[in-house]
Amino acid sequence: MIEGATGPWEAVIGLEVHAQVVSKAKLFSGAATDFGAEPNSQVSLVDAAFPGMLPVINRFCVELAVKTGLGLEAEIRLESVFDRKNYFYPDLPPGYQISQYQQPVVGRGKLTLDMSDGTVREIGITRVHLEQDAGKSLHDQHPSLSYVDLNRAGIALMEIVSEPDLRSAEEAGLYLRKLRSILRYLGTCDGNMEEGSLRCDCNVSMRRPGEPYGTRCEIKNLNSVRYVMQAIEYEGRRQIEILEKGGAIEQQTRLFDVARGITRSMRSKEEAHDYRYFPDPDLLPLVLDPGWVARLRAELPELPDAKKARFVSQYGLSPDDAGVLVAEKETALFFERVATGRDPKAAAHWIMGDLFGALNRFGIGIEASPVSAEQLGALIDLIADGTLSSRLAKDVFAEMVATRAHPASIVEAKGLRQVTDQGEIAAAIDAVLAANSDKFAEYRAGRDKLYGFFVGQIMRATAGKANPALVNRLLKEKLAQ
Amino acid sequence: MARIATLARIKLPEAEWEPLANELARILTWMEQLNEVDTSGIAPMTSVAAARLPMREDRVTEGGGREEILANAPRTARGFFVVPKVVE
Repeated sequence: MIEGATGPWEAVIGLEVHAQVVSKAKLFSGAATDFGAEPNSQVSLVDAAFPGMLPVINRFCVELAVKTGLGLEAEIRLESVFDRKNYFYPDLPPGYQISQYQQPVVGRGKLTLDMSDGTVREIGITRVHLEQDAGKSLHDQHPSLSYVDLNRAGIALMEIVSEPDLRSAEEAGLYLRKLRSILRYLGTCDGNMEEGSLRCDCNVSMRRPGEPYGTRCEIKNLNSVRYVMQAIEYEGRRQIEILEKGGAIEQQTRLFDVARGITRSMRSKEEAHDYRYFPDPDLLPLVLDPGWVARLRAELPELPDAKKARFVSQYGLSPDDAGVLVAEKETALFFERVATGRDPKAAAHWIMGDLFGALNRFGIGIEASPVSAEQLGALIDLIADGTLSSRLAKDVFAEMVATRAHPASIVEAKGLRQVTDQGEIAAAIDAVLAANSDKFAEYRAGRDKLYGFFVGQIMRATAGKANPALVNRLLKEKLAQ
Repeated sequence: MARIATLARIKLPEAEWEPLANELARILTWMEQLNEVDTSGIAPMTSVAAARLPMREDRVTEGGGREEILANAPRTARGFFVVPKVVE
C-alpha cells in the first residue's frame, strides 16, 4: 500500500518475462545461439528471412518449455499453435515474429513467494509460450544510420506471463528472483540478466484498495531485478500523482531511463500495437505425446520450494536460512556436501557467514569458491574434535581463502593447533595473575569486570590458541580459590 | 484504408482509397459466406495432409556465412546490415 495525499493506493502489477531457452541452436533454424559472437556470424537463411525458407522446430526447445511449465505446476497443453505476430522493424527480417497467441504450449500455473514476514503468497501464472527473439539494432554507431545484427534473431524465448497478482515493487522483485531460481534449477534458462537471457516487461496500474483495476502502463525491456523494482516504484508514484490531481492514466508503453531513474512514454503510435495475429501457415500445430510429457514430469529435479522444506525438516534449519541456501542450486549442493555427516547448523553458519563474505569480496559465485565443500567440511571437523577453537578456525578459514590450502595442512604449517593441555593453560593463568597482581587484588576486592581482562591476557599469552572453554573453567577455579 | 496501408507499409494515394475500400468490402462479404456453414464442435482444419509437425534435433548446422547473408543488403558496414536510423 502506498500512502498518497488523499489516502492509500494499491499497486496492481503483472510481469511478462522473456527467458532465453538454453538450446545450442535456434527455435526454427540450425544457427548457433552463443552470446557475444561476431555480428551476423550466427544467422541462417531462415533467420534472415530469405525467400522460400521454411522453419523447422527444435525439439529440445519444446522440451525445455514443457519442463518450465511443469516446474511452474502448470497445465501442459498437448496441442498448441504457432502464430505470426506482424510488425515492421529492421531487426525483424520476415516482418513477423513467430509466437503463440491463443493456444500457448503451457497454460495456467503458479509460483509461490516467500514474504519477508515469513508468510507465503501464491502468484498465478497465466501462460508460457514459445517465440522467436528479434535481432539487435545499434543506434549509437552513426548519426543517421542504424546497424543491425541478426545473431539473436530466431533464438528461442519462453514468454512467461503472470497474473496481475503482484502488489508492490518488493513482490515483483521476489517473483523475478524466484522465477529465475526455478528456471536455473530446471536448467531451461541460464538466468543471466546481464547477457539478456532474462528480460522483463512490467504492467503497472494503481487503484484504491478494493476497487476494480485501473488503466495500466507497460514498462518494456527491463534487464535487472533492481531496475524492475525502481521502475515500478517510479511508475506507481507517477500514476498516483496524476490520479490525485483528478487526471486519467493514458494506456501506453513506457521505457525506463536507467540513468535518471524515471519512466517515459515511447513515441510509437497506437497502430504499432495492431499485430494482426494469424496461424503461421508454415507450421503445423505442435502436438505433444502425453507419455513424453509424463516422462519429463518424472525427471523433474527437486525444486527450490521442496528443497527448502526438506532442509528445514532434515537438517533442522530455520526457514530463513533454508531459503537463502536453496536460492541457487549450486549453493544448495555445496551445503549438502558440507552438512552430510556433520552439524548442519555449523555448515549453514560457515557458508552464509565467512564463505559468502569471501565470495562477495571477490564478486564470484559459489561454483568458483576458493574453498571446496570438502575443505570447509574438514575445517568444521577440526572444530568439532577440539583441534581448533572457533576463533582460530576463522584465521584458518582466511588462510584457506588466500592459499586454497587444506585446513589440516594450514594448522600444521602455522602451528595453530588449539592448546587443550590443562597444565599449559594453568601455567599461563598463573603467569598472567602474577604479572598483574594489582588487578588480581582489585578483582578480589569486588571488581568483577576484570574477569574479561584476565581472559584476554591469557589468550594473548597463548597466541590465541588456548581452548576458550578450558580457559574459562580453569580461570574460574583459580579465582575461586 | 489509411490504417491498413500504414500497417502494410504500402504508400496509397488518397484517390485509390475509395475504390479499394469497395473491393475489400466485396472480398469480406464473399468470405463471410463461410459463416453460413455451422462449424460448431468441429476442430479447425490446419492442413490438407494428415501430417505432424516435423522436428529437428538441437544441433548447430547453419550459420557462419556472413558474406552470403549480407550479399543482397543495400548497405553494410563491419559485418552489420545498415539501415536508415530507427529510434523509438
